[in-house]
Order: sequence, then C-alpha cells, then structure tokens
Amino acid sequence: MTVLSVENLQTHFFTDAGVVKAVDGVSFSLEEGEVLGLVGESGSGKTVTGFSILRLVDPPGRVTGGRILFRGQDLAKLPDREMRRLRGNRIAMIFQDPMMTLNPVLRIDTQMIEAVQAHEKVSKAAARDRAVQALARVGIPSPAERLNAYPHQFSGGMRQRVAIAIALLNGPDLIIADEPTTALDVTIQSQILAEVQGLARETGTSLIWITHDLAVVAGLADRIAVMYAGRIVESGPASAILTAPAHPYTAGLLGSIPGHGRRGDRLTQIPGMAPNMAHLPPGCAFAPRCPRVSDACRATAPEVTETGAGRALRCLHPLTEAVA
Amino acid sequence: MLVYLLRRIAQSIFVALAMMVIVFFGIYMVGNPVDILISPDATPAEIEATMERFGFDQPIWMQFLTFLGNALQGDLGRSFVHGEPAVQLILHYMPATLELAALGLFFSVLIGVPLGVYAGYKSDRWQGRAIMTGSIFGFSLPNFWVGMLLILIFAVELRWLPSTGRGDTVEVLGVRLSIFAEGGLQYMILPALTLALYKASLVTRLARAGTQEALVQDYVKFARAKGVSETRILFVHVLKNIMIPIVTVLGLELGSMIAFAVVTETVFAWPGMGKLLIDSILTLDRPVIVAYLMMTVLIFITINLIVDVIYTLLDPRVRISGAAS
Repeated sequence: MTVLSVENLQTHFFTDAGVVKAVDGVSFSLEEGEVLGLVGESGSGKTVTGFSILRLVDPPGRVTGGRILFRGQDLAKLPDREMRRLRGNRIAMIFQDPMMTLNPVLRIDTQMIEAVQAHEKVSKAAARDRAVQALARVGIPSPAERLNAYPHQFSGGMRQRVAIAIALLNGPDLIIADEPTTALDVTIQSQILAEVQGLARETGTSLIWITHDLAVVAGLADRIAVMYAGRIVESGPASAILTAPAHPYTAGLLGSIPGHGRRGDRLTQIPGMAPNMAHLPPGCAFAPRCPRVSDACRATAPEVTETGAGRALRCLHPLTEAVA
Repeated sequence: MLVYLLRRIAQSIFVALAMMVIVFFGIYMVGNPVDILISPDATPAEIEATMERFGFDQPIWMQFLTFLGNALQGDLGRSFVHGEPAVQLILHYMPATLELAALGLFFSVLIGVPLGVYAGYKSDRWQGRAIMTGSIFGFSLPNFWVGMLLILIFAVELRWLPSTGRGDTVEVLGVRLSIFAEGGLQYMILPALTLALYKASLVTRLARAGTQEALVQDYVKFARAKGVSETRILFVHVLKNIMIPIVTVLGLELGSMIAFAVVTETVFAWPGMGKLLIDSILTLDRPVIVAYLMMTVLIFITINLIVDVIYTLLDPRVRISGAAS
C-alpha cells in the first residue's frame, strides 16, 4: 500500500535576490515499509523536500505547487490543526544536527512526554513509561535515569538516539530522516544506521533517508532518488541505480566514493560546483558540469522518462544510450 | 559555588567602601549642613557650638575616619534633622518602597512577557508592529506625567482607585505592608503601574527580540515536527530560553526601581525611601544620604546575587559547569 505519494512538488523561496526554486517538480512515492534514499549535494533541495512534506518550510519559502498525498489525503489542503496531529504522530522527522534539535533548557523527559501527550490523552506516568521504552529501544543504557538529564549531558551520538527515540514514540507510519548521521563519528554512524534500519523493519515503518552520501544508503535503501538542483534526476531500485547508473550525475557521485576494489585508482570528481539556485541555466541544470552535454541539453530541460523496471530519468544522453 | 559567593561578597565590600568615600566627600563639597540646620540670625558662638556638636570643626579626613569607624560597627550616624539613627530611619521607610517596586516588577513581567512573545511570534504582522509602536510610548512618556494621567483617569474620572497615600497596612513578620492589607492593595495599583510602564516596554522589547531569535532555532522546528502546539512551543520552549536575558535586565531594573522611585512616590504621595532621600538632600542630611546610598548598593548586590542563582535554575548548563569561572 502506498503511504506517501509526492506529485510534482514545488517549493520556492521568495528572496530579495529572486525566486529560488529549491524544489521544482519533485515526484516520488513510498510503499509501506519501504526505505527511500534521497541523495544529493548540499543545496539540492532534499532537506526542503522533507520539510515540505511536514509543512515546516519557514518563510520566505512556500510550497507553491504539487500534491503531497499521505495515505490518500492531500496534506496541502489539511487545516493546521489536522496537520499538527499528523506531525510526530503519523509522520516523524529526525534532524541533521543532534546538538541543535533538543531544547537545551528542558529535560529529556519533558521533551519526550510532550511528544506523547501532544497526540494522546495519557497520564504523565504512562507517557513516561513509553519514553523509557523508546530510549531502551534505541540502545540508551539505564533509560529511566537518563530521562531526567538535560541534553548537554549527552554526547552527540546519544542525542541523536534520543531524537530517534522521540521519532519512534508514537509508532509513525513514516519517518523522514534528514542526514541523521552526518554530524556523528563514523563508528557511531554505522551503529545508528543499523539500528534505524532494524527498527524500521521491525515496525514496518516507511523511511525517507536524506543524505549526500550514496555509500550510506547503499546498504539501507530499497529505492534511491538522486536530486540535483531541486529536481530528481534519476530514481529506481537501489541495486539497479548503484550498479548501473543512467544519469551522468549519479555516475559521478558513485565514482567519487572510495571503495575496496579501487585501491590505487584516482577517485573521479564531478567538475565545477553546484549551481546557484537563484540563477539556473535554461536547459538541464547539470549541463555545465556534464561530460556528455550537447547543445540540446543547454536549450531545454529534459523531461522525466520512464525507462522500465521502476526506473525514471531526466536526461537526454543517459549512460545506457551507447549500449542501446 | 561557595568560592564564587565568597568572591562576590568580597567584591561587594570593596564597592561599598568606594561608595562611602565618594558619597561622603561629595556631600561635603556640596555645602555645610550647619547653614541649614540653625537659624540665619544665630550668633557665631552658637554656630561654633553646633559645629562642635556634630564634629564639623574637625578636618574632613578626621571626620571621615570617625564616620568609617562607626560605620564598621554598623552605625551610620544620626540624622542631623530627625535625630534618629539614619539606618533606622531608612528601614522605617523602606518596606513601602520595596513592596511598591515588587508589585511594579510583577506588573511589568505580567504585561511585558506575553506582549513581547506575541510580538516576536507575529513580528511581521500588524499585531507585532502595533505592540512595538506601543512600547515606544512606554519608553518615552515621562513618569510623572503617566502618574498624573492615571490619577486623572482612574481616580478623578472613573473614581475606581485612590490616588494618594498608602491606605491600610498589616504587619507581616514585623514589617508594615499594604500589599496584603484589604484596604491597602488598591492604593498601590496606580503607583505600581506607573513604575511598571517603562519596565514593561523594556521587557516587551527583550522578549520580542529573544522570541524572534529562538523561533528560527532547530529545537523549535523539531518541537513542531513532534506535533507540539504553538502555544506550548511559545510558552514552554521559547519562554524558558528567553528568560535568561530578561531576568538579568529585570534584576538591574528592580534595583533602579527601588532606588529611584522618587518621582512616582512624589506624585502619589507614597511615603517611601525616595521621598526621604529628596528631603535629606535638600537639608544636606549627610548620614541619611550616605546610609541611603549604602542601602542601595546593598540592594543591587543582593539582587545580582539572586539573579545569578536564578540563572542556574533557568539554564541547566550553568549548573553543571559551575559558575565559578
């Protein structure tokens, strides 16, 4: 069953320097229990996509078009009250920087109990019990005691575990994880990755894992969507994308990951820089950096084409072209 | 924490000493109290006798050492005018001022914090702008004028509240207070509001700035992502974070409210310390002035200490790292 279906989402920021189309026509859907890896460089619009789903885009940003269907219900049309009831209850989010997401002056128990009580009429004691269980589930030792601590008494990894525990509190259908491991040590990263994967599988929760690191989603995601300059340029089953990327940008990202079988080889890099979002080129946004660019690319932006086997692509000259 | 407290107290003693020197010599330079104390047609012999009685015939440094010696034993001298010990005189008038300032502070928080938080929340809407514009009046209207206006509206026109004096008092722990007296509280409302208006505007602006800053923090967004209501976000998540600067400023302002309630006390004929100070300056009643200012220093020091303690309650991070640094 489809949990989330995003259709032609557009989120624009109305700044003094002009309209920045941070998200420009993004579509994807997510089945129950499915893990989607949303991959892209900084500024590609992946985080804004996540916030758009929860309707948490701050001004001057605004969702200007498209539909976000959560279990068939259009979130854009939902009254604020209803939307608040969904947040943290059916759709939860984990943020990038665990040092900033917990309120520094409130105890952990306060911040967890309010997350339960915002959605359910339960006693403080019952909410507290739930919090203890959630903390235990994410591997925090002596959770009942730690509940009385303040955020600064936790390490970064522990804080992110607390944030994950908060996301799990109400047993959501969907968790949006916005680079939750980026700010952490590598060892902690893999632990948390494994835990979240296990927890999602256990509870049948769908997951959108936003990251700039293809290697992170390689072992985690069922499907991968690669974003560039506010658009999804390529999407499909994770294994297919990782082994046979069709978009030159995806191939570039894969080429820049160090791997075991490549000792001694030079890592490839994508030339140039991510484009200025306020002044995108008229054609394909990747054209200035693309090794396969043609005049047609610079003139018109490529549309989405379905290439079979659940894959979709925005490219005039995919890497599969030469083979076909 | 203990080391910190001891150091603070040592600093305070130094400040008190410096204050004593400045005030003592300052008043000495203003004029000779004998000129005011005795009638203009007194004979030189009478003047001589009075000078000797108060010790004014001694050189200034000698007078100061005598004063200092007595002060260290807790005796700040007798009022030249009233003949009572200066400290006793001040303590007699202090409760009236303290309770007035306390109620003023309460009003300023009660008015300022919700207005400021709301103005910060709606900072780009007309509500936010209206509150900010209103706060400018709070800043710029002179105290005595506000007092008279309040009297005109609430005492003269509407006849809701009394305009002068202190009304009934009850004895609480040996101190006479109006605030707990049935017929006393109504006398305090207008002067306390007058005192509070300026502070309320200040608190409004502080709360607004803090709220604007806090609202863009990740923890607010995360709280929203949890589904927490906007009211709770504002009055739990944001408020607790912005209270730290507000408490700092209010602490200092409470000191100034107590020490300089003169104008308000005069307008409302409130029998507090401010009125005593003005009278004492006019009569060059040195012991009272010195004692008054010492008291003021003491009040400021105490309030600052209290503020530091409140910090530790508000910000858990201060508690752990220890305030000793």
